[in-house]
Amino acid sequence: MIDRRHIGHRLPAFSVPVEAGRLRFFAKATGQADPVYTDPAAARAAGHPHLPVPPTFLFCLEMDGPHPAAIRELLGLDYRRLLHGEQQFSYHAPAHAGDVLTFEPRIDDIYDKKGGALEFVVRSTRVSNQHGTLVAELRAVTVMRHG
Amino acid sequence: MTPVSFDTLQPGDALPSFQTEPLSRLALALYCGASGDHNPIHVDIDFARAAGQQDVFAHGMLSMAYLGRLLTNWVPQQALRQFGVRFVALTQVGDRVTCRGTVVEKFTADGEQRVRLALSTANADGQVKLSGDAVVALP
Repeated sequence: MIDRRHIGHRLPAFSVPVEAGRLRFFAKATGQADPVYTDPAAARAAGHPHLPVPPTFLFCLEMDGPHPAAIRELLGLDYRRLLHGEQQFSYHAPAHAGDVLTFEPRIDDIYDKKGGALEFVVRSTRVSNQHGTLVAELRAVTVMRHG
Repeated sequence: MTPVSFDTLQPGDALPSFQTEPLSRLALALYCGASGDHNPIHVDIDFARAAGQQDVFAHGMLSMAYLGRLLTNWVPQQALRQFGVRFVALTQVGDRVTCRGTVVEKFTADGEQRVRLALSTANADGQVKLSGDAVVALP
């Protein structure tokens, strides 16, 4: 059983720069053909100051933090038994290449189903930019399979 | 992009759907590098087998990124307020991912006209892999 005392635990905040090259690579890897996501001129024509961070890329930037395995290590989770159960984003302000985003992750909940055969870890992350503006809130549910 | 208008939309209206090419191992390797999700279970068959899987399988977040494309093909990204999914079943190598969205509700919140969308991905056999929803603001 995952120790429930970790509910409410805040992990250290960290900041990650948004790089245009990574955004172009992400566009390629996700089949994104819209030039708004790869060409700064097309992005500006669409009202963005630079290449926009696409809807799910904030999740990727969170993995670019200094300790992406921090929660796994804290909770003693076995990589091989983990599944991503749910992912949610609430958007408050746009983010673009050149921004530096700060991530503040927190363990919101830990619970189990099926008599403990499945355990769930809910992580919420607040994302703000270099001006202190709230950009988004992320919520991830990770499933740990036992047996 | 044809502008989408709140007034002309009705619950039940569908977003333009699309289907990807069959997911290749290269596609999973590219997503591994581009996303920063280096979990070997998606790219290293030896690791996947040791973990009890028959093969590597796709990142759920790759399919969620496809659903993101479905949304931003339809409205500018600035209109997106919420976006969430449940990962219902594993998406396998070779699956074609069909992305669909449907308007389920029209409402007003925070002084904006908004619509709630039901979203899904499915393979060619119609097996649902991701089930989710999104909220977009519309003029």
